Amino acid sequence: MSDADSPPTDAPSDDSFEPVEPNTGEEFEPVDVFPDSEDFDLRPGADSCYKCSTCDTNCPVAEVDDEFPGPKFQGPEQWRLKQTDDDHTVDDSIMDCSNCMRCDNACPSGVPLSQMHNTARGEYVSQEMSKTSVEYWRNRILSNYRTSAWLASKLPRVANFAMNFGPARWLMEKTMGVTKEREFPEFARQTFREWWASEGGAAGSRERARERRERRGDPVDADKKIAYFHGCYSNYNTPEVAKALVRVYEHFGYEIVVPDQKCSGTPMFANGMLADARRHAEVNISSMADLIEEGYDAIASCTSCSMALRQEYPELFDIEGVDDVAAHTFESVEYLRIHEDLKGAVQAAEIDDDLAEEFAYHAPCHARNQGLDRQAVELFGDLDGVGIEDVGDSCSGISGTYGWKAEKYEKSMQIGEEMFEHMEAADGEVGMTECPTCAMQMEHGTGYEIRHPMELLEAALVD
Amino acid sequence: MAIESDVLVIGGGLAGLTSALAAARAGADTRLVSYKQSTLRNASGLIDVLGYTSDGEGPLADPYAAIPDLPEEHPYRTVGVDTVRTAMSAFDDAVPSYRGGHTDRNALVPTHGGTVKPTARYPDSAADGLASDDRDVALVGLESMTDFDARRAAAHLEAAGVPFDVRGITVRFPGDLRPDAKVTRYAKLLDADEEVSVRGRRRPARAALAERVNPELRGEPRVGFPAILGDDEATAVREELSERLGAAVFEVPMGPPSLPGLRLEDRLFAALSEAGASIETGNPVTEFDGEDRIEQVYIEKNGAKIPNSAEQYVLATGGLVGKGVESDREGVYEPIFDCHVAHPEDRYDWFDTDVFGDHEFAGFGVRTDEQLRPLDAGGTVEFENLRAAGSVLGGYDFAAEKSGSGVSIATGYDAGTNAASES
Repeated sequence: MSDADSPPTDAPSDDSFEPVEPNTGEEFEPVDVFPDSEDFDLRPGADSCYKCSTCDTNCPVAEVDDEFPGPKFQGPEQWRLKQTDDDHTVDDSIMDCSNCMRCDNACPSGVPLSQMHNTARGEYVSQEMSKTSVEYWRNRILSNYRTSAWLASKLPRVANFAMNFGPARWLMEKTMGVTKEREFPEFARQTFREWWASEGGAAGSRERARERRERRGDPVDADKKIAYFHGCYSNYNTPEVAKALVRVYEHFGYEIVVPDQKCSGTPMFANGMLADARRHAEVNISSMADLIEEGYDAIASCTSCSMALRQEYPELFDIEGVDDVAAHTFESVEYLRIHEDLKGAVQAAEIDDDLAEEFAYHAPCHARNQGLDRQAVELFGDLDGVGIEDVGDSCSGISGTYGWKAEKYEKSMQIGEEMFEHMEAADGEVGMTECPTCAMQMEHGTGYEIRHPMELLEAALVD
Repeated sequence: MAIESDVLVIGGGLAGLTSALAAARAGADTRLVSYKQSTLRNASGLIDVLGYTSDGEGPLADPYAAIPDLPEEHPYRTVGVDTVRTAMSAFDDAVPSYRGGHTDRNALVPTHGGTVKPTARYPDSAADGLASDDRDVALVGLESMTDFDARRAAAHLEAAGVPFDVRGITVRFPGDLRPDAKVTRYAKLLDADEEVSVRGRRRPARAALAERVNPELRGEPRVGFPAILGDDEATAVREELSERLGAAVFEVPMGPPSLPGLRLEDRLFAALSEAGASIETGNPVTEFDGEDRIEQVYIEKNGAKIPNSAEQYVLATGGLVGKGVESDREGVYEPIFDCHVAHPEDRYDWFDTDVFGDHEFAGFGVRTDEQLRPLDAGGTVEFENLRAAGSVLGGYDFAAEKSGSGVSIATGYDAGTNAASES
C-alpha cells in the first residue's frame, strides 16, 4: 500500500504514531519550525550531517590542539545550538579553525562545512569580538595584506629592511601579537602589474599570442583568451610566478588581460572579516563577470584565490554574476590540462637549466577540494631532467595569516612538522607548491627554495 | 579536449581502488576520480569475503565453499569463485600488512561491541586478538571514549563462548586531552610519542599509557586497545606498548571514523600511485555523452564541467549509503548514467516491517551481464564500455552476509582487468 493511494484519514496523535506508515499524505502540512532567515540558511546542510565524524579525522588543528573541538562541532553542531537556543552565541573556538577547508572534502554527506565555519566566524567577529581589541585590529591588518603590500611596494627596499628589522619585529609581537619567528616575505622591486604595463599590457599580449598561434599552426583569430587573477602575492612578492604564467599561456597562443582586482578575500574569510571580503569580492566579480561575458575564462595561479572565486564567493555572497565567475574560474595548470595537450608537451620537453632538480612537492589544502592535489606530481613525473615527489597529505600548518599570529605560531609549526620531515626525507632540496603561504611555511621549516609549477612549465616549454 | 585515459574508474572506495589498481597493473593508462575522500575511513578495516549465507546460515568456516550455492544473481556467482580467489591474492599483494591469506578459512575477530566477526583478512594490528586463540585477554577501554566500553565488550565475548578468559578494564588516557578528542589526536600523540603531562610531570605518551595500564593487568598474555594506536607509526607504537606491558598488544577495530580504515586507504592509494595511475578527488561526475557507448563524462566543479574521456569506464560509486544508488518517493535510480535499478513499484514493498527482517532495499543495485556490464530493464547491455563494481551492484545483502569488502574486491578486480584488456 502506498500513502498516495490512501491518505491517512485522521492525523495520528503522538502515542499512536506508527513509523511504518508515517503521516505523509496529501493533507500533510509541513510546519515551519524555524523562522525564515534573511541571511545564510544553512539548515539543510546541518540536517545532512549524520555525525560520522569523518570531518574530524581530516582536521589538522584537532590533531594537535587539545582545546579545539573540531569541524563537526564548529559546523553542524554549533548551527543546531544556535537554532534551538536564542541565547547561544558562537563559541570563541571558531577562531582556532584555520579555514584549511579539508573537512569539505571529507564529508560523505555533502555538508557545507567550510561555509558554516566562515559564516559562524563572520558572526563571531561582528557580534562577539571587541572592535577595540588588539586581536581584532591585528587580524584586520593581517587579513588586509593587500593594503600593506601595496604600501610596501612603493618603497620595497625600505619595507624589506623595516619588516625584518629585529627590534621592530619584537615590538610587533609584543604590541600586535604578530610572531617574530617568521621572516616577512620580500617585496619585489617591480610589481607584476608594473612589468605587465611595460610589456604592452593586453595589446602586447594579443600581438604575441597571434604570432605564436601562427607558429603553432593554430588559426590566427582562435578564440583563446584568459583573464588573469594574479592575486596579491604574485603581484607584490613573486612576480616571477605571474610572468611565468604569462609566458606559458602565450606559448600556447592565449591572449591575456589583467583586469582590475583586489584581494581574493581568502585571509579575510579566515579572520571572519566578511564585510571587508565582500567589498573586495564586488570589485573582483564585477571585473571578471564582464570579461567572462566576452568569452574570457578567469585563471588564477594561487589555489586559494581560485578557491575563493569558485567556492567561497557563491557560498557567501549574493552578488550579480557570482555564479558565472565561479563556473568560469580555473587554476592555471588545470586549465591547460583541459584545453591543451599539456601532457604531450611536457613529455616531449626536457629541463637542463638550473631547474633540473628533484622537487619536494606539497599540495596546498585549498587545492584538494578543487581536485588539484595530484596534478603537479602526475604532470612533472613525465618531465625529463627533473624528479618530483609528493611529500604527503598533511597540512603545511600556516594557513595564510594563521601561522603569523603569535599565539598560533607553535601550533602552526606542530601541524607542519610532518611536512617538514617528509621534505627532508625526499630527494633534492627544492620545494614546489601552488600556494604562496604554504611556500612560506615550507621555506621557514626547511630552508629550501620553493618554486611554483608555472615556473617549471615555463622552463620546460618556453624557449 | 578532455582529460584522457584508457580506463576511467568512478569511485574511490574499495571497489574503485581495486578496479583502478587491477587496470593499472594490467598496463592500462588508468584514472580514478572520486567525489569525496574514500569512504574507507568509515570502514572497520576488516576485509570480509562471506560470513553468512544469503539464508543467514553461519558463521561460515570456509567462504569459498559456500559461493557456488549462493543465489544466481549474487555478484560472486557472476564473477565465479576462481576470480574471488585471484582478486584476494591481488589484494594481499597490494597490502602486505594484512593477514589471513594463508588459509581459505574465515578468521574470527572480536569487534568493539564484543561480537565476533567472521572475516577473511585483518590488519596485522588485530592479529593477536583473534577469538580462536586461547590466550587470556585484557581489553583496555579509555574513560572518554564511549564507543568502546571494555567491560561490556568483555562480557559480550564471554557470553559468545570464546575459549579464553577476558576482562575489561578502563583507564584514563594520560595527558589533558579533551573528553571528545578525535581518534587522530590519540594517534598523533602516540605516533610522535609526544610528551604528556601526568601529575605535573612530563612523560612520553607511550610510556605514560603503559604505566596507566600496567597496574591493572593480572598477567594476561594479550592486551587489546581500541584502534587508536598510531597512524604512520602504528607498528612501532604497538611494539613499544607490548614491550612495556609484557604482553602481546592488539587493536580492536572500531566504528567510524576508523584508523585501520584510514591506514588501508593510505596503503591502497599509495599502491595505485606506484602503479602509475592518475587520481582526482573532490568533485562529482554528474553527466556524460554517449548512446550505446560512453564517449566522455563530466566532473562538475561549482558549475564548471570538466570533460574526462576514456575507452572503458568502471562505475564504483557505492550503494544506497555511498550515493551510487539513490532513491526518492518515485523510485530507485543510479544517478550518473541512469542505469536500470530493479525495484518494486510500491515503495512500501522496499522494506520489511521487522527491523532485522529481509529488506528488499538491501539488494537494490544494478544487475549486470557476466562481464559486469549493467543491463537495462529488458536485459540488454546499457553501454558497451561501462562495467560496475562494488555496492552499486544489486543482488546481495552485504550487511547480513558480511560480504561487502569481498564483493568490492572481486568485482573491482574483474571489472578493472577486463576494462584494461579491452582498452
